[in-house]
Amino acid sequence: MTAVELSYWQQTVFRVLGVLVAVILPAGGFVYVFLFKMMSFMQSRLGPMEAGPYGSMQLLAEVGKFLQKEDIVPEKADRRLFFLAPYIVLASTFLLLVVMPFGPDAYFTNLDTGIFLAMGLSSISVIGILIAGWASASKYALIGGLRAAGQLIAYELPMVLAVVGVVIQAGTLNLQGIVTAQHSGEIFGFGGIGNPFIITQLVGFFVFLTATQAELTQTPFDMPVAESEIVTGYITEYSGLRFLLFFIGEFATAGAFAAIAATLFLGGWAVPFVDLDDDIMNIAGPLVLFGKMMLVGFLIFWVRFTFPRFREDQLQAFAWKFLIPISLVNILATMVLKVAF
Amino acid sequence: MVAQNIFFYAIAAVIVWSAFRVVTTQNVVHAALHLVAVLASVAAQYILLAAEFVAATQVLVYIGAIVVLFLFGIMLTRAKIGRDQELTHKSAIVGGALTALLLLAVMGYSLLDEFGWSRTPLPEDSRLIGVNGSNSATVSDSIFSQYLVPFEVISVLLLAALVGAIVLARKD
Repeated sequence: MTAVELSYWQQTVFRVLGVLVAVILPAGGFVYVFLFKMMSFMQSRLGPMEAGPYGSMQLLAEVGKFLQKEDIVPEKADRRLFFLAPYIVLASTFLLLVVMPFGPDAYFTNLDTGIFLAMGLSSISVIGILIAGWASASKYALIGGLRAAGQLIAYELPMVLAVVGVVIQAGTLNLQGIVTAQHSGEIFGFGGIGNPFIITQLVGFFVFLTATQAELTQTPFDMPVAESEIVTGYITEYSGLRFLLFFIGEFATAGAFAAIAATLFLGGWAVPFVDLDDDIMNIAGPLVLFGKMMLVGFLIFWVRFTFPRFREDQLQAFAWKFLIPISLVNILATMVLKVAF
Repeated sequence: MVAQNIFFYAIAAVIVWSAFRVVTTQNVVHAALHLVAVLASVAAQYILLAAEFVAATQVLVYIGAIVVLFLFGIMLTRAKIGRDQELTHKSAIVGGALTALLLLAVMGYSLLDEFGWSRTPLPEDSRLIGVNGSNSATVSDSIFSQYLVPFEVISVLLLAALVGAIVLARKD
């Protein structure tokens, strides 16, 4: 199928570079487009304007600033774990992207259990956050870490259950297979635009996005870093490069989850009317996926800048008493309809 | 196959060293984290054997849920930074050695009883490809046909454990 044949080491080089781009680009894009510009416009101000055209070089300036800062480690901290924690969080993000398909041949691995593995790998970051909270030897950090862990455990469940609806409809755990199922699907016999699962799994999409918001600890669910109560939670004691790693991890994970949501519900890298095996999709596919990812990112950050913070008990009750029952009903309905049609 | 063998032994060495540190380290959080290393390395071995489904389940259930709950519980109750001398007892060495011997005997006997000293032949292609060329399809097909009853019994058992935990935790 491919026009160019690459040897194994060439493919490996491409994949390593690809995963770096896939982590850095969404992180940078989200910070500039949403955190700098969209938030500023929503608050009737311009945001950064001085560095580069429309402040687009502000990110480089920020990175430079963080690299210059003194690297402070609390005296009583568990030094080795304190150093290790940000890398565990970042590793979880990198591993998430390994199963993402970007085009017919543009993927890192085409695993049978793609989405299942992604759900498992995303839960590794909880360990990094717990370690960060504990190893800092600070009350605020520990409280933040525990809050984060409780929240991430609670919201992992509705997220996985929301994915189950999509998996039942597509009949496969493979992300590439889910893309194909949406492209070749039909809506009541009309196959023109395929069947993006957002139409039939609207409830699942809602639950998935809400759970994503909580997994990313973005604002209505930002109890773990509630700045008015516990400084900045588990990242209180981190400064300089290590803080930057947590920051990149946060936004790169947002990008990864947005890309997963785009793949599961918006048709992934595929475009209606374009043949799936077309070689052009290896170039266009990543761009299409990036566009859809920015769309999902827009929703995430729109909610973030709009709503105030949940209280801790409201947050847990929302997951266990509302999201989980609703996604169980969604699975049941999908199962019945799948068998009926 | 050479690369596969090298990685097998490298990962196995990580497993053995981390497992040793789980029981000898003097900090309970470090012990839990070494346990993470053991479980993650086991998942890596599963991937090396082309058993992705088991590997993903290993990561999701053991690392993502069980160890996180361990850490959560430890940090809520007793988790000092630094060494805790009370964590390792002299008498634990005897018990540990006995358990290790017993485990070695049981596992060695069952392995030898099943396979003998001969090498297990590799399947063609060394990748177990089943229904629709998919590994997880084969797993799910056998769970929901051949092993349906044990599967349902385990579900009921887990439900009972869940209800039991709530009954124990509730004061009223």
